[in-house]
Amino acid sequence: MQYIFYTLAFFAILCALFVVFEKNPVHSVLYLILTFFSIAGIYVLLNAQFLFIVQLIVYSGAIMVLFLFVLMLLNLNKDTEPQKSVIFKTAGAIAAGSFLLVLVAVLKDTQQSTELSAMTDIGLVKQLGKTLFTKFVVPFEVASILFLAAMVGSVLLGKKELY
Amino acid sequence: MNTPSSYLPIIIQLLVALGFVITTLVASHLIGPKRKGNKKDEAFECGIDGVGNARVPFSIKYFMTAILFVLFDVEVVFFYPYAVNFKEMGWHGFAAVSIFVGFFLIGFAYVYKRGALEWDK
Repeated sequence: MQYIFYTLAFFAILCALFVVFEKNPVHSVLYLILTFFSIAGIYVLLNAQFLFIVQLIVYSGAIMVLFLFVLMLLNLNKDTEPQKSVIFKTAGAIAAGSFLLVLVAVLKDTQQSTELSAMTDIGLVKQLGKTLFTKFVVPFEVASILFLAAMVGSVLLGKKELY
Repeated sequence: MNTPSSYLPIIIQLLVALGFVITTLVASHLIGPKRKGNKKDEAFECGIDGVGNARVPFSIKYFMTAILFVLFDVEVVFFYPYAVNFKEMGWHGFAAVSIFVGFFLIGFAYVYKRGALEWDK
């Protein structure tokens, strides 16, 4: 079990590195799909089967198509590729560095609970459904309002003004 | 289907499927004859010479369709835990899902009215 986790984690990190270092953006997206697949494998190890299904269907399927479309909406010709200025690069480095700091701080404060999380049943579809539709029913409905906002926003931005 | 180890058959099937695809692709690449040349390597477009490249920005309509698909896809994913618990939930669960779907229907009505799904407008 542990070795499967290490293999999957190694594969995920390797593919994530390829996503960053690959010159061709379409190849980057393909490596991102591989990353998502290995993360889905880690979800299986954590017994989070609903997350596993969602990861495969929504992320590897739908979101990746979206990423590809975004890539193709952009002009990807070599000569028009914008060169980022030094200010943007430093700003990005600072932002990523602070994020890394927060992540490390959070990981340091987290208790070691790997044994516990492997045994729990909460990630199974049935248990998760029960919790979602009873205890967390209000956040669930609020999420649908969020989807409504996303729908209206995308149509508003993407559609030419009719009036 | 309750522990990670019950996914072992799926992993084996995945490995077999992937292995078959990779083996056949690599084998056909290695065994098959290759004849290279300027004319041979050219992209064939019904006998017409290729112009420009494939990296041109295209219509936002494709993106609109894709993003709406993702939203409704996520909606359908939430039906899955509901369907498993359908009998036990009773009317309470039905009400929760109905409100959820109701918001999506409002969104769908808006999308439909604004003509975001119409291709020619």
